[in-house]
Amino acid sequence: MLHIKCPHCGMRSQNEFSYGGDATIKRPELGKEISDQDWDNFVYNRKSLKGKHWELWQHISGCRQWIKVERDTATHEIFNTLKATEDIS
Amino acid sequence: MTQSFRLENVGLINRKNKISFKFNGKTYYGFEGDTLASALLANGVHLIGRSFKYHRPRGFFGAGVDEPYAIVQLYRNGETEPNVKATEQELFEGLEATSVNCWPSVNFDIGAINNFLKIFLPAGFYYKTFMWPKSFWYKVYEPFIRKAAGLGVASIKHDKERYEHKYEYCDLLIAGSGPSGLASAYAAAKNGARVILAEDKARFGGTLLTSEVNIGNKSGKEWADGVISELKEMPNVTVKNRSQVFGYYDHNMLVMSERISDHLSKTKKFHPKQRLWYIRAKEVLISSGSIERPIVFGNNDTPGVMLSSAAKEYLKVYGVLVGKNPLIFTNNDSGYETAIEFKKNGINPAILDSRKDPHSEIIEEAKNLKIDIKFSYVVVAAKGYKKVKSADIAKISDNKEQLGKIENIKCDCICVSGFWTPTIHLASQSGNKTKFNEDIDAFVPGTSKQKEKTLGAANGVYNLDETLKSSFEAGHELSKKITNNDNKVSFPNVVEKKSTSHDKFWCVPLPDGKNYKRFLDFQNDVAVSDVEIALKEGYRSIEHVKRYTTLGMATDQGKTSNLNGLQLVSKIENKVVPNVGHTTFRPPYTPVSIGAIVGREVGKHSKPTRKSPMHLWHKKNNAVFIDAGVWLRPRYYKQGDENLFEGSKREAKNVRTNVGVCDVTTLGKIDIKGPDAAELLNRVYTNAWLKLPVGKARYGVMLREDGIVMDDGTTTRISENHYHMTTTTAQAANVLSHLEYYLQLVWPELNVNVVSTTEQWAGAAIAGPKSRELLQKLFPNFDVSNEGLPFMGYIEGDLFGVKARIFRISFSGELAYEVNVESDNGNFMWEKIIEVGQEFKIQPYGTEALSVLRIEMGHVAGSELDGRTIPYDNSLEGLLSKKKDFIGKRSLTRKAFTAEDRQKVVGVVPLDKKTSIPEGSHLVKDSNAPLPNPKLGYISASCWSVEHDNPFSLAILKDGKNMIGKKLFVMSPLKNKIIPVEIVSSHYVDPKGERVRS
Repeated sequence: MLHIKCPHCGMRSQNEFSYGGDATIKRPELGKEISDQDWDNFVYNRKSLKGKHWELWQHISGCRQWIKVERDTATHEIFNTLKATEDIS
Repeated sequence: MTQSFRLENVGLINRKNKISFKFNGKTYYGFEGDTLASALLANGVHLIGRSFKYHRPRGFFGAGVDEPYAIVQLYRNGETEPNVKATEQELFEGLEATSVNCWPSVNFDIGAINNFLKIFLPAGFYYKTFMWPKSFWYKVYEPFIRKAAGLGVASIKHDKERYEHKYEYCDLLIAGSGPSGLASAYAAAKNGARVILAEDKARFGGTLLTSEVNIGNKSGKEWADGVISELKEMPNVTVKNRSQVFGYYDHNMLVMSERISDHLSKTKKFHPKQRLWYIRAKEVLISSGSIERPIVFGNNDTPGVMLSSAAKEYLKVYGVLVGKNPLIFTNNDSGYETAIEFKKNGINPAILDSRKDPHSEIIEEAKNLKIDIKFSYVVVAAKGYKKVKSADIAKISDNKEQLGKIENIKCDCICVSGFWTPTIHLASQSGNKTKFNEDIDAFVPGTSKQKEKTLGAANGVYNLDETLKSSFEAGHELSKKITNNDNKVSFPNVVEKKSTSHDKFWCVPLPDGKNYKRFLDFQNDVAVSDVEIALKEGYRSIEHVKRYTTLGMATDQGKTSNLNGLQLVSKIENKVVPNVGHTTFRPPYTPVSIGAIVGREVGKHSKPTRKSPMHLWHKKNNAVFIDAGVWLRPRYYKQGDENLFEGSKREAKNVRTNVGVCDVTTLGKIDIKGPDAAELLNRVYTNAWLKLPVGKARYGVMLREDGIVMDDGTTTRISENHYHMTTTTAQAANVLSHLEYYLQLVWPELNVNVVSTTEQWAGAAIAGPKSRELLQKLFPNFDVSNEGLPFMGYIEGDLFGVKARIFRISFSGELAYEVNVESDNGNFMWEKIIEVGQEFKIQPYGTEALSVLRIEMGHVAGSELDGRTIPYDNSLEGLLSKKKDFIGKRSLTRKAFTAEDRQKVVGVVPLDKKTSIPEGSHLVKDSNAPLPNPKLGYISASCWSVEHDNPFSLAILKDGKNMIGKKLFVMSPLKNKIIPVEIVSSHYVDPKGERVRS
C-alpha cells in the first residue's frame, strides 16, 4: 500500500485516495474548435510510461482535494506531491 | 503411552503441566511448551502423513516454518483447520489432530500404490495425461484431481472466531528475535526509537536457544531472556511473539499475522483468534535467520531423515530425542553441534562428513568426546519404509563423483546438514536485488530498494561476534537517524567456537544399478529425476521448470528445496547458480488464514449498510429489502402470501389509480452554492441552465468526456446562488468527484462550492392522480394547485411544524411530488404522509413497483444508462444544447455516434401479450439463422405493464428509430426462450406526458 503525502493533510495511506490518471493532460477550452486528432488525444490516448509519471489522485476519504503526485510507475517511488492549483515544474 | 524419547532435566518445557492430546484418535501426553511435533516425537511417533503424489510415508523434517511434511488437520473447540504445521502448532489440553492425504489410515494408505506406479508419474504428469480424450475431463479427470489435490479439508461451517486488523506505525520494525534482532532492537530502543520486534515462534531468542555460546558472561539464552525482559518494560518498544511478518509491500508497509489464541484450547472472551498488523515502518531490519539445507540422497524422504538443526532444537528446547541411534550426515560444522548435544545426553551418534580433512575447534571437541566420525563419507540411501532402520553409506571420491563400497550401518534417524540458506524472502519482496554469495552457496540480499537492511544469518553471516557487532551498530545508526539521539549501549563480550568452511556438496550420486528416488522438494514429491526430465524436454527458465515439475510450489514454497533445485539445474545446464537465477519470492512467507486476511469484514460487515431514517417503519410494515449499492431499500411491502410479482403489481397499480409513497432518501444529493453555480451546471449538464429561475427544477443529463451518459437527475434553484442537485443512488459518489475534479483542476476560477447532503435529507416521493389532494392536506397553508406549484416547481413548506422542501418532479410519470425534510424528521414525515393519505388509499411502494412505473413510461435509468450509451441512444438528444459547449459534447460528433442506424431505446411487447421477456435477452431478425445469429439489440429492462396488463420491455436496438412496428425475435439461450415480439415506442404509457402536468 502506497504512502502518499497529501499537500493538505500530510502522509496518508493509499486506501484514502482514488486514482485519477495523467496529471499533465489539459482539458481543451470549452467552446473552442479542436481537431478530431487533438480531441482523441485528450480523451483516449495516454502514454503508458515506465518511470516518472505525474498523475492525479483525489483524497477521497480525507480532504476531498484532487492532488498531483509524481510517482515512478515501475518502483512506486513518490518524488513529489502538489496541490491542484500548483503547477508541475 | 509413555514419553520414552523425552530426556529428563533438558529443555524449556514446563514439566509441571502435563497435557493430553489426540493424534489420529490415539491419546498421548506432552508438556506445556511443546509443539505438536515435539510431543509426538517424545512419544516416538514419526509417521505423520503421506506424501502428496506418491503417498510415501511422511515424518518430521524440521522444527519450524520450513517444515514440508508434518501438515495436519487440526480440531480445536469444535472447529477444524487444514494445513496446520505440527512443528508450529503449540500443544494445548484437548488438542486433536489427524493425518492428511491418506486413506483409510496413515499406516495403511491405498494411495501408496502411486509409489509403485511412480515410473508413470513423471514431471508434468498431469499435463501429459489429462489431455485426452476431451470428454474425460469433466467426469473423470477433474473429480480425480480434485480428490487427490490438497492437504486437508477446509471447514464449510461459519467460522465463529473473531479476527482483527490493526494499523501501526513505528520507527523500526525488526523481523526475527535471534541474536541480530535482539541486538539491533536493544540498541535502537535504548536510543529512543519506537521499535516493534516480531518473533514467529512462542519463544524469543532464535538460535540463541540452541547454540552453545556465551554473551557477556551469560549463556545465549540467558542473555536473550535478559534483553527481552528489558525491552518489554520499555514504553517505546512493542515485543510480539507468535507473530510472523509475512509480507513486505510498497513504501515500507509490512504485514504481520499474530496468532493470539491458536495455542489455547479456546479463545478467551473478547479476544480475537488472530490479528493482522499493517505496519508502516520508517526502517526495517530483517533478522529472519537461516534455514538449514538438506543434502540430497536416496530415499531422503524416509521418516527419521531430518535436518540436523531440527534434531538439536527438539533436544535442547523440548528435551526430545529424535532417535537413540542417530547418524549425522553433514558437509559443514553444524552437524557436529547436534552430535555433541546427543553425546552430552548419553547417546552415541555417528558422523559422516563429506569433507576430506576439515579442522576446527568444534571438530576437535567432537573428536575429544570420542564421537565416531567418518570423513569423505556419505549416506547413499536411507533404508526402512515407515521409519529409518539403517543407512547405506559409502566413501566418496575427492571429486564427489565415485562412490566406494556400499556399507550398511544401523541407525534410527539421519540428521542432515547441507549448510545454511539465508531467509531472504522479506528482503526480496521489498524489491531488493539479491546476489549470490559463493562462500555460502546461497543468495543474500544485495542493493536495497526500500528502507530495509538485512542482518546476521539472513545476510549470510554465521559468526555470532560479527552478527552482534553489526546489529548493535545498525540499531544504533538507524535510530540515530530518526531520533537524533546518540545513546550507545556497551557491546558484550562474545565467546563462541570457531568453525571452518563447508563443503560445496549437495547431492549424493546414485550407485551403479540403483535407482533410488532422491527428493528435492519434500512436500510436492519432486525428485532429481523429475527436474532432469523437465530439462530434457526443453524447459530452461527456472520459472518454467518450477511450474512444470511443481518444485517449490507447495505450501512451504520450497523453503528447504529451492537452492538444491537451482544447484541441479545449474549442474545440468552447465551454468553457475547466479546465472540460473531464482524464482520470485512473493508474499506471504508462510500461509496466512483467510480469516485473518478478512478480519472483521465478514457477512454483514463486509460493506457498510446504509439505512434511511424510515427503515424501521419499512421493517414493521413487512418490507422485503434489497441491496441498492450500500443502501437497503424496500423492494415491496408484502401483504399476506403475495410474492414479489403480485406485490409490486399491486403497488404500481395503486400509484396509477390512487396515490403511492416511495422512500427516495437514497438518491444522491449535492448542495451547490456560489455566484458561479449556474455556470458550473451549464458546463456539466448537456442542456441550458443559465436562465433557470429561483423556485424551479430542471432535469439534466451529465456526460463523460467520451460522450457516454454518466448520470441524470434534477437540479433545483433554491435561491439566487444556491442549487440542490440530485443524482442516481448508484452514481452519487462519482458525480461529486466529477464536479470536484472540474472545480479544482479545470475551472478553479469558478466560485462554487459543492458538498454531499445525501444523508442530511430524507425524501418521500408521493405519486398518483390523488397526490395533489394529499399534498394539500399535508400543507394546508400552502398553494399547491397546478398554478401555485406547477410541474417542475419548487416551494418551501411547513409540514405540521417541520420545515420541508417540496419539489414537483416525477419518475413514475404520474402527477407526483417529492418532499424532503431534515433526516431526523424523516420518520415523522413518512408517518404523517401515510396517516393523512389513508383517505386517498395511499400505499407505500418499493423499488420493484418504481421500476415497473418507470419502464412502462419509457423513462431511462441505470439499466439503459449503463456506461455504454450516449444521449441519442436513450432518446435524450432533445436535451443537447446547440448553443453552448458542455462536457463530452465534442465526442458526440464521432462517426459511430452519428451513424444513421445508431442504436436507440425502444419498447418491446411479446406478440402473445403473455410471455415475460428475460432481461439481457438478445433481439434478432431470424430465430433460425445459423450461429452466431446477428444481434440487433438487447433487452435492458422488463416489467409487467400495469396499465396494459401485459409484459413490456425496454431495449436498446440498432436503428431503433426505424424499427417501430417491426416484428423481431427475442432470444435467451440462458432461459431457453425464443419469443416473437413487436417493437413499439418506449413510451408505452402517456406518450405525451400529460399526467405529470395535470
